[in-house]
Amino acid sequence: MDGDRAVQVSTEVRQAVAADHPGREKRVVGRAHRKVDAVAKVTGQTRFADDLFLPRMLFAKLLRSPHPHARIVKIDTRKALELEGVKAVLTGEDLPIPFGILPVSQDEHALALDKVRFVGDPVAAVAAVSEEIATQALDLIEVEYEPLEPIASPEEAIAKPEPRIHDYGDRGNFHKLIHLEFGNVEQGFAEADLVVEDCYFYQGSTHLPMEQHAAVAEWSPQGKLTLWSSTQTPHYVHRALSKVLQLPPSRIRVIACPNGGGFGGKSDPFSHEIVAAKLAMVTGRPVKITLTREEVFYCHRGRHPTLMWVKAGVKRDGSVTALHFKSLLDGGAYGSYGVASTYYTGALQTVTYQVPRYKFQGARVFTNKPPCGPKRGHGTPQPRYALEIHLDKIAERLGMDPAELRLRHLVPPHSLTANYLRVGSMGLGECIRKVVEGSGWREKFRKLPYGRGVGLACSSYICGAGLPIYWNNLPQSGVQLKLDRGGGVTVYCGSTEIGQGSDSILAYVTAEVLGIDPFDIAVVTADTDLTPVDLGSYSSRVTLMTGNAAIQAAHKARDLLASAVAQKLDVPPSRLEFAGGRVFDVQDPERGVAFAEAVQLAEAAFGTICTVGSYTPPPAAGRYRGAGVGPSPAYSYSAAVAEVEVDPETGIVRVPTIWIAHDVGQCINPVTVIGQIEGSVYMGLGEALMEEMVYRANRNLVHKIPSMLEYKSPTTLEMCDVVTYLVEDPDPSGPFGAKEVGQGPLLPVPPAIANAVYDAVGVRIDEIPITPEKVLKALKAKAKGDAGRFGPISFPEIPWPDPIRVPPPWEGGDGTAVGDKGRGAGGMRERRTRAGDYAGGEARG
Amino acid sequence: MARRAEPPGHAHISLEVNGEPVEVSFPPHKTLLEVLREDLGLTGTKHGCELGECGTCTVLLDGQPVLSCLVLGVAAAGRKVKTVEGMARGPELHPLQRAFADLGAAQCGYCTPGILLAAEALLERNPRPTRQDIKEALAGNLCRCTGYIKIYEAVELAAAWMRGEDAAPPEESIYGRR
Repeated sequence: MDGDRAVQVSTEVRQAVAADHPGREKRVVGRAHRKVDAVAKVTGQTRFADDLFLPRMLFAKLLRSPHPHARIVKIDTRKALELEGVKAVLTGEDLPIPFGILPVSQDEHALALDKVRFVGDPVAAVAAVSEEIATQALDLIEVEYEPLEPIASPEEAIAKPEPRIHDYGDRGNFHKLIHLEFGNVEQGFAEADLVVEDCYFYQGSTHLPMEQHAAVAEWSPQGKLTLWSSTQTPHYVHRALSKVLQLPPSRIRVIACPNGGGFGGKSDPFSHEIVAAKLAMVTGRPVKITLTREEVFYCHRGRHPTLMWVKAGVKRDGSVTALHFKSLLDGGAYGSYGVASTYYTGALQTVTYQVPRYKFQGARVFTNKPPCGPKRGHGTPQPRYALEIHLDKIAERLGMDPAELRLRHLVPPHSLTANYLRVGSMGLGECIRKVVEGSGWREKFRKLPYGRGVGLACSSYICGAGLPIYWNNLPQSGVQLKLDRGGGVTVYCGSTEIGQGSDSILAYVTAEVLGIDPFDIAVVTADTDLTPVDLGSYSSRVTLMTGNAAIQAAHKARDLLASAVAQKLDVPPSRLEFAGGRVFDVQDPERGVAFAEAVQLAEAAFGTICTVGSYTPPPAAGRYRGAGVGPSPAYSYSAAVAEVEVDPETGIVRVPTIWIAHDVGQCINPVTVIGQIEGSVYMGLGEALMEEMVYRANRNLVHKIPSMLEYKSPTTLEMCDVVTYLVEDPDPSGPFGAKEVGQGPLLPVPPAIANAVYDAVGVRIDEIPITPEKVLKALKAKAKGDAGRFGPISFPEIPWPDPIRVPPPWEGGDGTAVGDKGRGAGGMRERRTRAGDYAGGEARG
Repeated sequence: MARRAEPPGHAHISLEVNGEPVEVSFPPHKTLLEVLREDLGLTGTKHGCELGECGTCTVLLDGQPVLSCLVLGVAAAGRKVKTVEGMARGPELHPLQRAFADLGAAQCGYCTPGILLAAEALLERNPRPTRQDIKEALAGNLCRCTGYIKIYEAVELAAAWMRGEDAAPPEESIYGRR
């Protein structure tokens, strides 16, 4: 499987690069390379979890609940066990210990223990000699349910505190209630020349990775469990297995196979993983479970449907005096990352344009539907949609160009926001200028004929969450290097390849430091027995964190080699350069040794050459309860202009082109950076125009469309052209200055399209997806003289807790909440773990 | 070599897979997808829905792209099947594979085998496809990673190579627009 790693970058790409970047200082970073796994992927050699076949392997299936909300009265598995070929049947009692991704939401059971909470909730599991027999056996399991009243929507969850879906949470069916205030927003509104209020709704959508989740478990009579799984977070699966199966972590090995797409949907520990492991333990045989496409819709953990209310006060020049934001998230049946998701709907409003006073109220409710969680952008595409449309409305009311309004009030680089997020490099201005110029914005905005329009929107995203998901003071990422005396280097890291190129990043940055070819580096990742912990492919953390860890390890190795070579050449180590597979004297480049010889000299001097590196993010500036979500070592920035064609007869919106600029800090590999941008635009386009998770409220809350045909996602025929501009504003925190690109570029796409629809036909669609039906309704309303708008009109009453008041930095604040004096940093951190301030997010792929 | 006794009720067929004659026996309800993956060990062919909705399991049957999840294994008897494992020309990648690798047209790589084969069938019948031709030929293959654009660019690059042209990837594909 690793043979392809020696394959050289094709000469075509190299030549294109060389011609284009003469005299570039960096030799690997910033240039186009194949990904280290590219050849395996185009030849069918990559082994995904379902591609594993072990001798004597059994196949498992899950029996899922047909009820949205019911108590389990009785389960009888005898007939299933009697079926020939069935080797084991499990029910909730076999796995009674709860788990969940967040320490505050340990609310899932591998198989329902006493209650089912959505149609599709796993109830029992079968292992048999074939999938067919396992499926037949499911029909023989008799379950008696006592139906409970289902909660279908946030409105119902608010109105009906009983029956409670869970016996924990802030009150009734509220899972989480948040109320934060940074400065006096009422004073800000009083000082404003214009105050604009509106409601927005962002529909839920799902990741729809092409690969269905799969896992294979093997139990050794020695007392060791091995699980191969399509997971983005093997470390968290490792922890969950240990907890639920009551095995020491040292007796569990989790190997994340390359994921066939993740997008956040494979970031939770899942029922099927625990079930496969337990079935392997009870049968003594390997067990595989592969979800059907329908089941993948039940796993979900996708975008939270979110209702939002925004009130913004501005001066005549467009400067914001105060921003007040409320969000209501439909969480579905379990906690998942939901507490973090809820904080994220209020965290990043402050990092793009200056907001001197800010108030955020967020609520997440439980409903009897598949659980929502982290999808690409985690909790931030929803508020970004609202905010960027809101600014478009404000610009129009002020008679300002929306691009100009944004450019005038950008957050300065290297500054602290009202909610204590530390912004580093900030290339949004350059991004806006690129797309404005490239799209011909000035010639098009408000000037195209009826039916055609352009819209602009911007965004920002974190480069990894500042805090880990469970409280600890350990590094978030570790890398180990092993240097072979033949000149090969192996990088070991717990990071997980989900298609975004995380394996390649390790090779590129290591090659850069050691002056060797990235394809002379072998990469071993995502194996809890072999690789140092990396927390996983979520929150756009991987390039920054594993990159920094790899650089540290590579520098240590380089120092050892330099010391040995310096002795041989009789020059100070500082005069040695590592490049082109050699270590040589910069003052006399002919004097030097091959890299392999340098390794041998070092090995002779110091013993086996293995080094390690690790990365821990800087501490957060905020010290209030809730300050844990939002801080990041760096923030990426994006700006997009969408051009649309709206047919006023049918309401159909077509998007011919999107121009997008992304501040990635520094490209490690520009080809993969562009790939992430184009993929993000694609996913944003799908959410903007067609994707939605919908349920039949009047038919038992069953999922309306759990298939790839009916869940509409863009094909080649709907995908727009994308013009990409790479903006490189290096961030001191990033490896070689690099920032994230996997998630951020999705964010500006839906609001840019909504703003373009307004430019085209003069109606506001304040709710995605922007379907033909909604456009037509808004056009009809406008024709009748009503507001030409489709969207929610009110935000429900919610029993908010008292606000946590934190004076912003410019009002003398130090990041501590009012009345919360004397909380030392240590105490704060302890408290944070209770407060549910967790890292979150998801990944790209 | 003596043939093994077949389990009762199994179908036994001869076919050509990736240019080589193959005999295989399997329960007759199995799809070609299952026979390839489970009975012939060719796991390069992937599945995304097993309902004919996503295009992931595309293989070539007598040169035509088919959804192997909708074709019964027995229907492949006496015919020629080509999977992604059969694309490379000895130790050399097929030009499509090379272009997909160079341009990052395979991200997670899961839809890639099906798209490569659909593209190969396109270039077989149309060596100079327009962007629109490529979009139409691949409209039945979903990809959630790439937004399809690097895939179009890779098919165009491979088509040029296969026509014998000395083509290089456009600068904009690699560095974005300046």
